[in-house]
Amino acid sequence: MTSKLTNAQIAWRAAQDLPDGAYVNLGIGFPEMIAKFKPDGREVIYHTENGILDFGEAPPAGEEDWDLINAGKKAVTLNDGASFFHHADSFAMVRGGHLDIAVLGAYEIAENGDIANWSTGPGSVPAVGGAMDLVHGAKQIWVVTDHVTKKGEPKLLKECRLPLTGVGCVTTVYTSLAVIDIVNQRFVLREKLPAMSLAELQAVTGAELVVEGTIGDLIVPEV
Amino acid sequence: MNKICPNFDEALAGIEDGMAVMIGGFGGAGAPIELIHALVERYKKTGSPGRLTVINNNAGNGAIGIAAMIYAGMVAKMVCSFPRSSDPKAFTDAYLAGEIELELVPQGTLAERIRAGGAGIPAFYTPSSYGTQVADGKPIAEFDGKHYVQERWLKADVALIKAEVADRKGNLTYRKAARNFSPLMATAAKTTIVQAGRIVEPGEIDPEQVITPGIFVNRIVEIPDPKQEEALLREGAK
Repeated sequence: MTSKLTNAQIAWRAAQDLPDGAYVNLGIGFPEMIAKFKPDGREVIYHTENGILDFGEAPPAGEEDWDLINAGKKAVTLNDGASFFHHADSFAMVRGGHLDIAVLGAYEIAENGDIANWSTGPGSVPAVGGAMDLVHGAKQIWVVTDHVTKKGEPKLLKECRLPLTGVGCVTTVYTSLAVIDIVNQRFVLREKLPAMSLAELQAVTGAELVVEGTIGDLIVPEV
Repeated sequence: MNKICPNFDEALAGIEDGMAVMIGGFGGAGAPIELIHALVERYKKTGSPGRLTVINNNAGNGAIGIAAMIYAGMVAKMVCSFPRSSDPKAFTDAYLAGEIELELVPQGTLAERIRAGGAGIPAFYTPSSYGTQVADGKPIAEFDGKHYVQERWLKADVALIKAEVADRKGNLTYRKAARNFSPLMATAAKTTIVQAGRIVEPGEIDPEQVITPGIFVNRIVEIPDPKQEEALLREGAK
């Protein structure tokens, strides 16, 4: 098995696809890293569910204002042109189709675009936050994830087994091994690690990888 | 007209056992800590108000704010989207022990249910949660080829919210992202009780800048230099 991408490298790869002028919501945790790798020269405006549009980087330690946080309850700063709004307006931006891209993590993604990312099943305290709204709001739903689980089992499946967050909503999956678009309810392989054969990639993917045209090389710098 | 109360006793009067209480805030931002703690103190002294339904995005952090209400034993049910935090022990233990009920609501649905409650809209359809467990038992309808889930309004007996500036007529402004659910909750409760960092004369808040118009507010208590929940937690508050 060839060496897989780190989470930071997956975030870097996803960031290269951020278009200039996009309104984007980055999920808590791993997806937040994408902001750090946005290519220079593109202006992207970040939305956070708790009522800020156009927030910036974290402040230096000691300069946090805890009334100025993102959905992950981390301190942020404001860019010039930022705005505050209440939660109903915030989710009007989400469900109303005003966001261009929302990026989430996931436990499982199915070839029809279903996503499971909120519950590992009975026995835990369920918590959904804004994920169920985000997956039905943004024009594109990206997932950033390891290609397989910690046990090495596929996360990209024919059908999700865990409780669903949303149905038929994911448009692109950026994994530790590949970039995959979901088109007409199938996984269409856009890029893969060049050192990995299609057969090797298929072996760790739980549904058919469709190849349309050429497969690009997934080449990411050390970050 | 003067909605200003001189003390917590007057501000919090009439909150009774079994009531539904909306509490503003998202994590620590906007949490009306002083109002919450005054209510916890009242419960510890008098045994009331207990068996409360608390509506908030979260379910408490550490041992202050809503977590203090849970530890005190005055919360029967939480309605929230994300009952996790950096220290969710108060809720988690009570939930796993079966001592507290949870109604889990997607965050945007929670906001819109409260907005609908305050706007006199008994139900609405949303794409959120369609095809998931959260939609189990709820009416589904198709509009223009897509499926939507019917959700009902959410109202409360009382809302406790934190504002930055208020006037005696109840007009409010908020501070940064501490606004979050509070303007919605102010509309959806029979009695909206506000702690304001500063009270000014009517007219001093530019009408263009009023976020919550006074009609939605019933009582105001001034708490200069209010505590911030997240800052308190980071200082190690117990």
